[in-house]
Amino acid sequence: MLRNTKTRYGWAAILLHWLIALVFIGQFALGLVMVRIASQRTSFELIQLHKSFGFLLLGLVLVRIGWRLGSKSPELPEEVGEMERRAAPAVHLLLYAAQVAVPLSGWALVSVSVLEIPSMPFNLFVMPHLPLGVSEQAENFWIVGHQWLAYAGMALVALHVLAALRHHFWLRDKVLVRMIAPSLGRGGGQE
Amino acid sequence: MFVKRLGLAAFLAATSVVGSAWAVALSDAAGRYAISKNGSSIRFVIGKAGGGGLNGAFGRFEGTIRIDGGDIGRSRVDLTIYPESVGTGEGRIDAFLRSDAVFDVANSRQITFRSTSVQRTGDKSAVVTGQLTARGNTSTEKFAVELQGMNGGQIRFHVSGKVLRSRYQMDVGTPLYSNIVAFDMQFTGRRG
Ligand code: HEM
Repeated sequence: MLRNTKTRYGWAAILLHWLIALVFIGQFALGLVMVRIASQRTSFELIQLHKSFGFLLLGLVLVRIGWRLGSKSPELPEEVGEMERRAAPAVHLLLYAAQVAVPLSGWALVSVSVLEIPSMPFNLFVMPHLPLGVSEQAENFWIVGHQWLAYAGMALVALHVLAALRHHFWLRDKVLVRMIAPSLGRGGGQE
Repeated sequence: MFVKRLGLAAFLAATSVVGSAWAVALSDAAGRYAISKNGSSIRFVIGKAGGGGLNGAFGRFEGTIRIDGGDIGRSRVDLTIYPESVGTGEGRIDAFLRSDAVFDVANSRQITFRSTSVQRTGDKSAVVTGQLTARGNTSTEKFAVELQGMNGGQIRFHVSGKVLRSRYQMDVGTPLYSNIVAFDMQFTGRRG
């Protein structure tokens, strides 16, 4: 079961969801640590790792968005109220936007940096810089932009996680578990 | 016609004199020279993945050159570089280079080169081999030296060579930045 149905998520959507969740949250933690660490050498190496995973994430997100546009989305259970019916897709849309904007802003800050440090995801190949003008001001702008987009992304993740937990423990429906395995979504409605 | 031939002969005579300047000059050059700050520079470049390079220079260094007039092979070069004086034109990179990521200047204030042999390779050129010590690591390195000129008590050399950073615990950032540091140095020595 690779594809989604009207009630269940397929394996492709499930794997992409959790892989991206892991990388996105891991990247946030790595980002916070790497700029606060005392050793300049470790800091430099962690930043390169952060860039590598950021590019990986960007690639995964593009695949995910393509897959999402080409498949149907499982519907929410009937009991779900009007407000959440509107809020959920809006938060999901913002989450997708953050998944694209955060790595892009990171790529931008590296591209405009006066340090002109190349990017080489996992030491495999040279990733070109984005064609943006190099300057100290542009670098400061994108550093702050990248930080705030990352914080905003994490705020959205928190909201999203709370909503999922509410479904599971409060409403006791299948909304959370159907994102864990296709079989767990069974019995939640018409197949 | 006659004038032309005369001109040619004069030219040949002149070039042969210039060509053997090193040999002729050697006895004159013999002696001890202190490397002077004026007219001397130590520049380096480290290639970057995707093209371009990181350019830098050391502002503070000192050394002596002793030329043995009888046997050039017994000449000696001693050089001390103060890595704290590194400059790349970008303060954040300089701070990184001075930190324990690269030079660790807090614990290792000097980089030294002590020649162990000098081999002539041409009229005005030689290869100097020696022990380079940085951050407590010593390794044998070779540099190509070219005599550029002499006048009065002054002597000028151009020196180039490649050093592997990994030998000195300075290989941070490879392969983003090449392991090879290409040196381009200019030394003016004053007798005394
Ligand atoms: C998965 C997406 C990403 C997330 C969640 C993320 C998150 C973060 C966070 C939280 C910080 C620390 C901000 C601070 O508190 O100072 C940070 C810094 C940084 N990020 Fe990202 N990032 C991502 C992708 C990228 C990408 C793709 C690149 C570059 C190709 C990148 C380059 C950087 C750099 C260079 C810094 C250090 C900025 C500085 O000098 O302060 N990031 N990131």
